[in-house]
Amino acid sequence: MTIQFNTETFRDDYSFRNSDWAIKRFPFPFHEDSYMYSVNMEQHRGGPAGSVYEKRFDVDEHYVSEMADRAIVLAEDPLRCQSLPHMTLAGWDTLELIMVSKSEDYPDLFELHRDGDRWRWINKPMGIDHTFTFLDETTLPCGPLEYITRQAQGDYAVLDQRGDMLYMDAGMVTTQADWSLDFDIGMDFFEWHAPVPLAHEMGIFKRALKFLLNIQQGAPARRLNWTMTVNPLLDTSPENYHKWGVQKTTLTPENIGAKQHLRVELQTFYRLPRSNALLFPIRCYLIAFQDLVTVPKWGRRLHRVVRDLPEELATYKGFIANRPLMLDYLSRYDDGLPTSPGIWPDLETEPPLQT
Amino acid sequence: MSAAPQKAKAGAEKIEVTVSAVVPLNPLVTRFEFTRRDGQPFPPFSAGAHTVVEMRDGARTRLNPYSLMSDPGDSSIYAISVRRDDQGRGGSLFLHNQVKVGDPMTITYPVNLFPLDLRGRKHVFLAGGIGITPFLAMIAHLERMGGAWELHYSCRSKELGTYVDELTYKHPNKVHVYFDDQDQAIGLEDLLDGQPLGTHVYVCGPKGMIDWVHATAAAHGWPDENVHSEEFLAPQPGKPFEVRLCKSDITIQVGEHESLLEAMERCGVDAPFLCRGGACGQCETDVVSSDGDFVHRDHWLDDDEHASGKKIMPCVSRFVGKSLVLDR
Repeated sequence: MTIQFNTETFRDDYSFRNSDWAIKRFPFPFHEDSYMYSVNMEQHRGGPAGSVYEKRFDVDEHYVSEMADRAIVLAEDPLRCQSLPHMTLAGWDTLELIMVSKSEDYPDLFELHRDGDRWRWINKPMGIDHTFTFLDETTLPCGPLEYITRQAQGDYAVLDQRGDMLYMDAGMVTTQADWSLDFDIGMDFFEWHAPVPLAHEMGIFKRALKFLLNIQQGAPARRLNWTMTVNPLLDTSPENYHKWGVQKTTLTPENIGAKQHLRVELQTFYRLPRSNALLFPIRCYLIAFQDLVTVPKWGRRLHRVVRDLPEELATYKGFIANRPLMLDYLSRYDDGLPTSPGIWPDLETEPPLQT
Repeated sequence: MSAAPQKAKAGAEKIEVTVSAVVPLNPLVTRFEFTRRDGQPFPPFSAGAHTVVEMRDGARTRLNPYSLMSDPGDSSIYAISVRRDDQGRGGSLFLHNQVKVGDPMTITYPVNLFPLDLRGRKHVFLAGGIGITPFLAMIAHLERMGGAWELHYSCRSKELGTYVDELTYKHPNKVHVYFDDQDQAIGLEDLLDGQPLGTHVYVCGPKGMIDWVHATAAAHGWPDENVHSEEFLAPQPGKPFEVRLCKSDITIQVGEHESLLEAMERCGVDAPFLCRGGACGQCETDVVSSDGDFVHRDHWLDDDEHASGKKIMPCVSRFVGKSLVLDR
């Protein structure tokens, strides 16, 4: 299908909206009526047609507007994109992976023509037609990582692998759930995960690291993560906490359905072929509570998950203060009926809300 | 995440290839070149990576890892160079004696357990014998990217100096060759002493050479993380033994000339693996109970883990005793 790109904002007037198509394909992250950490990895080898898992790098109706928002963030704070000197090759790997994937997966939107190291890249939604020399930085307007991730939705952490450890040595991070590339740059896997509660004690990170170190070329993996965001903000960074943190206090019973968003990250993991680094794309999807509850199964389940979540997690995810308000709203969409297993909306088989 | 999670298959992804050239280099070493059967370019790979070559040797399937030694910038072929081991388990003999141009074969995607540290301001390579192979790819990479390197290459004799002529012709100032039969040896202490800050050392060769380089570097104050090595172990034969695999609910016999991992595969158990040489950690298996002695040969588990009797790496390690029960 040809995608109709929205013109919308993720700041100021917050004109961001999900179409019915985007709501039905939203990556709902809860496969059962409760949530606890797990490594929950699976292979990233496509998925049901039309789902966000189908393509290697999902492109949706928010693409053009998300890229405009990224450009604003970078203009205000260039340190959102960084690459330590030894990570340039990994930047080229990233550029190659995204260009090849997008041109193969969306031939109507992107084209890549390669003649040896002479490459021509056409990005129709963004109006880009650029010829450059692969592995020659002087032929791009900026570094290869910045160049391609200004044209690809989601954040990108590029992890160098040395001596059975991963290091956060490059990235493009403008749509993050309250973490900072500038703070984490150069840190190892345990250092940058230090703020996460409970998971260390559960041995989650040791197992996760072992899994990630063994991700091999040609066999990418994926998982989902989630949090809550008031207003459809992409840039919920520590750097701008003074701007968005206070917005969490603006929720009321009247506006919560429109303002409160479930924020889901589709995290994928690719071994990069030339540099042996690990690429960690973190794609953010937002959905307003009022849109989410139009899927009866998701309305029932989200209420139960938010209600039963351990206090430490609700605190870490930043919504402990708003939890009572959220539960008042969500309880109206939970009639107590059982839910089907798995994450899919199951609109045809799940009963409508009983009132 | 999804309703029906996919189970990952053991080993890396596979590529169907045709043997496009068999080039004897000297009495012991032959190069095998592969092209892809689907006509696509090979995936790019990082210097230092290996591929696991699948060999259909009669009823037996052999899976041996070999360093990719072709130019990582050339996606038209992959190449390996294999030293014939007349006393080995037969993988290299199979390649040398049975494999011909035009044969179809299956190899895996590249896996890199011996990468360049890209932070290095200079890379010093120490090769012993057939240990030259990963460095050929590293040299091609650094030449393309403009990195600083030098090679110190120890061979038995001029006749057995695989790629010596090519290397010295192309890089006369960076390649230093030492022939055992002329009593030449790498002057390691002086070599380590004169390196600029930010230099990384890489060694690939026999176990004695690897240990010597690590010990000498440590004694000269080199940080561990600047000294890199790769040694693939071949599984060694040993007395047959019996193993109970409790998850699979079968008891299997491990023969004298097969590894525990190979015995599991022969019995239809889909056990995880990558390198098959005791280095990558992928096949690590929990021991449920045991009465006897482990013969640990891997580089993966540490001494405490070896002593604990709680873990085994079935690709290279064996067991001697009354009973062994594994969580597989």
